[in-house]
Amino acid sequence: MSDADSVTTPPSPPPAKPPWHDLARGRVARPGEWLVEKGIFAVSLTAIVMILLIFVFVGREALPILLGQADSAAARVQRILPPEDVDRMTPSELRAALGLSRRKFAARSLEEQKAALKEIYAVRAEADRNGAEAIPDKDSEVNTVGWRYLIRPHQWTGYSRPEFIWQPVSQIQKFNVVPLLVGSLKVTLVAVLFALPLALGAALYVSQFASRRLRAWIKPAIEMLAGIPSVVLGFFALFVLAAALESVFAFQSRLNAFVAGIALGVAIIPVIFALAEEALSAVPRGYLEGALAVGASRWQAAWGVALPAAWPGVFAAVVLGFGRALGETMIVLMASGNAAILSWSLFDSSRTVTATIAAELGEVVFGGHHYRVLFLLGTLVLAVSFVANLVADGVMNRLRRRLASSS
Amino acid sequence: MLTALATGLIVAMLALILGHVTVHGWSVVTWGFLSSGAEEGLFTAGRSGIFPMLFGTAARVILMTLLVIPAGVITAVYLNEYAPASGRLTRWVRGAVNHLAGVPSIVFGLFGLGFFIGFVGAGLDDWLRPGAIQPYWAAEGLLWASATLAVMTLPVVVAATEEALRAVPAGLREASLALGATRLQTLVRIVLPHSRSGILTGSILAVGRAAGEVVPLLFTGAALYVSGLPGSLNDKFMDLAYHVWVLCTQSPDIDQTKPLLYGAVLVLLGLTLSLNLVAIMIRARISRGPQGTP
Repeated sequence: MSDADSVTTPPSPPPAKPPWHDLARGRVARPGEWLVEKGIFAVSLTAIVMILLIFVFVGREALPILLGQADSAAARVQRILPPEDVDRMTPSELRAALGLSRRKFAARSLEEQKAALKEIYAVRAEADRNGAEAIPDKDSEVNTVGWRYLIRPHQWTGYSRPEFIWQPVSQIQKFNVVPLLVGSLKVTLVAVLFALPLALGAALYVSQFASRRLRAWIKPAIEMLAGIPSVVLGFFALFVLAAALESVFAFQSRLNAFVAGIALGVAIIPVIFALAEEALSAVPRGYLEGALAVGASRWQAAWGVALPAAWPGVFAAVVLGFGRALGETMIVLMASGNAAILSWSLFDSSRTVTATIAAELGEVVFGGHHYRVLFLLGTLVLAVSFVANLVADGVMNRLRRRLASSS
Repeated sequence: MLTALATGLIVAMLALILGHVTVHGWSVVTWGFLSSGAEEGLFTAGRSGIFPMLFGTAARVILMTLLVIPAGVITAVYLNEYAPASGRLTRWVRGAVNHLAGVPSIVFGLFGLGFFIGFVGAGLDDWLRPGAIQPYWAAEGLLWASATLAVMTLPVVVAATEEALRAVPAGLREASLALGATRLQTLVRIVLPHSRSGILTGSILAVGRAAGEVVPLLFTGAALYVSGLPGSLNDKFMDLAYHVWVLCTQSPDIDQTKPLLYGAVLVLLGLTLSLNLVAIMIRARISRGPQGTP
């Protein structure tokens, strides 16, 4: 590595201004190049645009529920207009009633569209006459997508006391998200508690004790662990881990939050390890040499000096691991048992937020209430992992600056 | 030593998973398994293979690469060659790339459904085929699955490319500029050729990551069973990783299916891990060898 190189390419952060930065651009001499460079700039905005689009398009579908505008009770009693009223409708009213886009609406004549709407109303009226024979239920007047019913317990018909019920496929859809949140929390907690000691121990070992040659083998091995697809980890949990743990603990249900949590822990070990190892390796050598010079053992130096100095990094690693575990889907979908029942026991079959979305979104009506509730859950997962990222990023950046300045 | 024990345990987990899958799957993976379809029962061992799934995975991964490599490389080029390092916009681009890496895969699935299918696809249908009853673009298919995966793997490509660009010696750029080349000429003739292996690493890592992903495919295009191979961009397709999930959870008789399952898992694991291994090896060579020589 030459001298010039070490000046202009420190690892990170990048230099304030590379020396070639002030050289004339091609704008004057070569308009074509100027254009290409503007194009490069435009493409580089892709990431920003995509993040915004993700927030907009995931949030958009959940918005009616977020704002409390959706009403499942009102949707159940839909107005049916007689044919004369359909004839009197303005084109825009007609388009709204049919729920068509402008182009689709314009593709057929007004008369055809009116006939289509009358047909729809006739079918719906027929269905209502048949449905009227069913027993009326006081639950049917409840707006099940109101905030109150999403997060507070409610005594549904047939239950002896108020309960948290997630039951989206039934006559009256019940969308209480508390059982799912508890499920996610349980699994994530097990995962973090399992992964943290192992990942932290490995990070300490690799950064403080391992010889350079050993390090060159261990780090790629842990990277490989990160490369195992989550569906394979889920498969492993389902067929190997579940049976092994069952024979040890004798569970009530073979698949439960504990099994899923352990498998999930394996998945986040590389995440926690990577950040913790980076932080521990960034601890200036002088700290450790100072400790060793005053007679500390290598273990004392690692535990008493390096770890406290890198403490924010460990915190960031845990936060990031938590975010990852919460957002992971495949493993929990396959290994947690998926019963949406509120329970704090680690050994009960549980269902997480992400697994719910994955399992149910395939079968919902596009734009229906169930669909919107699932997007609301998605928005929640997105928001939590975004905040976890933000926190971990901020903490790591401050730590990098501090350790770099004190070395 | 406790820390050594923890390290040993982690490595042992990797070995255990690899060993278990290899032992049980080795005898299943034959040429017939790799080259035959699933026409005679999806779940019966001995008669069905994984060729259509391999084909589907390959198709979606190649399509994804075509979408993500230009975007990722250009973003990295902007960040490393053009952007003022302290600028606010640069920080935003970097932050966005970081956050994109942290978005959970299930959210990408929702995004693919809400944006690519529900918005872009529906818009295309309205525009190109007004009056058609059957949605053509506003449906699950190969293109939208690949596009979703491309958004997901963008940070992987950006990170690897940036690393490679940083490893190009400044002297090379300065020499090129001193000879009168413009910045774009320097970029295209000098800098990019020198960071080829980094771009390759990024693509390999992105492919490895995408090949094992199932969740974004759940709502954007993978199917339990399709007869024949996907022929156009909006066809649904079978996929290897998705197939592993299907075999695990949908089989009527799991004991019958298990050999098949181990075979599929072994192939998937071999595929993703060897891609990762190659990427790690290339990267080690970049950082060890003479600066940036391809």
